[in-house]
Amino acid sequence: MNSGKKTPLATFGWIAAFILIGLWALFPVVWTLSLSLKSSADISNRQFWPTQISWENYDLIINGAARDLFLPALRNSIAICLIATLIAVILSTLAAYAIARLEFPGKRFVLYMSLAVTVFPVISLVTPLFNLWSVVGLYDTWLGLIIPYLSLTLPISIWTLTSFFQQIPWELEQAAQVDGAKSFQAFRKVIVPLAAPGVFTTAIIAFFIAWNDFLYGISLTSTSAARPVPAALSFFTGASQFEEPAGAIAAAAIVVTIPVIIIVLVFQRQIVSGLTSGAVKG
Amino acid sequence: MAEIDLKNIVKRYGDGFPAVNDVSLSIDNGEFVILVGPSGSGKSTLLRMIVGLEDITEGELFIDGKRVNDLPPRDRDLSMVFQNYALYPHLTVYENIAFPLRLNKEHYDENEVSARVERAAKMLELGEHLQRKPANLSGGQRQRVAMGRAIVRDAKAFLFDEPLSNLDAKLRGQMRTEIARMQRQLGVTTVYVTHDQTEAMTLGDKVAVLKRGALQQYASPQELYREPLNLFVAGFIGSPSMNFLPVEYTDGRLSSPFGDFELPGKRAKGLTDAPQLLIAGIRPEAFRDATLMDADERDRGAVITAKVDVTEWLGNEIYAYLPFEPKPEVQEALDELDRDLDGEGMRPQVVAALEPSSQVREGDDVELWFDPADVMVFNPETGENLTRDEDRAREIGQRVEEQRKRALERAQSEEGSIVSN
Repeated sequence: MNSGKKTPLATFGWIAAFILIGLWALFPVVWTLSLSLKSSADISNRQFWPTQISWENYDLIINGAARDLFLPALRNSIAICLIATLIAVILSTLAAYAIARLEFPGKRFVLYMSLAVTVFPVISLVTPLFNLWSVVGLYDTWLGLIIPYLSLTLPISIWTLTSFFQQIPWELEQAAQVDGAKSFQAFRKVIVPLAAPGVFTTAIIAFFIAWNDFLYGISLTSTSAARPVPAALSFFTGASQFEEPAGAIAAAAIVVTIPVIIIVLVFQRQIVSGLTSGAVKG
Repeated sequence: MAEIDLKNIVKRYGDGFPAVNDVSLSIDNGEFVILVGPSGSGKSTLLRMIVGLEDITEGELFIDGKRVNDLPPRDRDLSMVFQNYALYPHLTVYENIAFPLRLNKEHYDENEVSARVERAAKMLELGEHLQRKPANLSGGQRQRVAMGRAIVRDAKAFLFDEPLSNLDAKLRGQMRTEIARMQRQLGVTTVYVTHDQTEAMTLGDKVAVLKRGALQQYASPQELYREPLNLFVAGFIGSPSMNFLPVEYTDGRLSSPFGDFELPGKRAKGLTDAPQLLIAGIRPEAFRDATLMDADERDRGAVITAKVDVTEWLGNEIYAYLPFEPKPEVQEALDELDRDLDGEGMRPQVVAALEPSSQVREGDDVELWFDPADVMVFNPETGENLTRDEDRAREIGQRVEEQRKRALERAQSEEGSIVSN
């Protein structure tokens, strides 16, 4: 590494690259925000910014015509994603602990099978699942979405947590035992605090994956009993059939992005953790 | 404080390879015992069996007369300093040191915990760092925190697993002295694993030298240095290490590549049934520059002549390197020894540590004087030291033991007076 010895030109190049990537990533978000603040008359004004800031779209989805579509969907999304995340984190923590700590035959098989699951395109699974769910009565229920969401979130959770657990200095557990701790005490007082950031990070990743799903959401639900927000957005209609519902969709998109941003801001210290450094020689 | 007794301890792994093979040691109350050996000698495994982190395959382990083979680590009441410190990264220095006390709440209330942590911190000069996290400490400070955690409770014994190997040379020297002082002051039985023979010699009351899981010799450093049992111990102990020369033994005379000499009668006793081809061991510091000696002195020893290849001047002494052509018959034994000692397969040479006033320079022919009584002779087949003097070994052992007891009593009475003040 030759850090600290950058030429001014290289520094300038880096800054330019950062700005470009930042614009590229933020432009759609800002555009959505701007769109959500335009009044219906303003939507097709061919300008980036609204001529006047209007809360009409937010009013529409929270109090107005789209209310019955949006609010149940928001409730469904939050509950389904939290439950799916919780189950994924519990299962993947146990699996990753076993893979990282124990020697057993078929260990690599388990790891690679969980990866293999992710290569099937969701679209190829949706039709058989639709038929199956209709028969067993899971169609248009929370559980009917939680189960497919687990197939999306478990593999990545297992992989993230396994690599995280492999970095934990397990010698600490032995040190705690020598210091007089029972096996469970050693685990609770030493390993859990060290593993927590990894589990947090995994939970957040799993939550986002479930939160962003559209295909399962639109295919396996039919009413507001289980329909999540991304699917519900596609059912928005304008005030008349000649009017685009773009403003309402943008407002709903902003509303569902807010929890994600809050989660990242609250847990960013856990996500970017340097907690384990210093346990062993640095 | 405790006595630790190891009886025929064996550690066998899944593939049947014995990492530790039939080791018996008895460690006295308050004794500082070193387990030393090159890598793969089983020294760390042995320590981990004592503390309870490895199962004992065969044999018995007693602490204070009680068999502890099947006790988990927490019930053995030993404290250990790990090689990479194993500090708890999410806890402050204070909480790291207090950790063993917190696990035993019924014995230590909050005042007692605080008093003990303060005392340990004072002893290790950690006072100003108590509220910091381990990640923000230097290597030496982390090392001291690990020691603080070990001494904070009244464990029966301290176990150290290569505690200084991650420190730089200067700090290692300081910490070595610190550990020695601490152990004397506390008078606690200590078992210390190292691969460094200097640490072994300077710290240990007794040193157990291990090779490939087998105990080679268990004795005081003085005895290891002066009366080693075999070729391995002789080569392992001492720095620079002992010179080994192929010699032929005929009618009481030994002929080496550098010239002939004769052993004094007492030393030669063990050589009566010896094979003709032997290995002679001479410590580098046994040599003197013959040109600097007067004739009387010179006549009392033997003189050999050789060409100097390289010299190294260190200020207090000068090392002269003298290459030689070994006989193929003993070369095999010497090569094996080199491998056992983690050597690099260097070419055969003799190192002489001479007085700094010596005028020897590269390319000179030098006359080296030594006392044949300092020469040890080994059987190349078995490695056995044929010149070992059992009487002298016993005498050294007794003297060292008396010195140890006196030093311990003195340190403890001083400690007592500090406390009463």
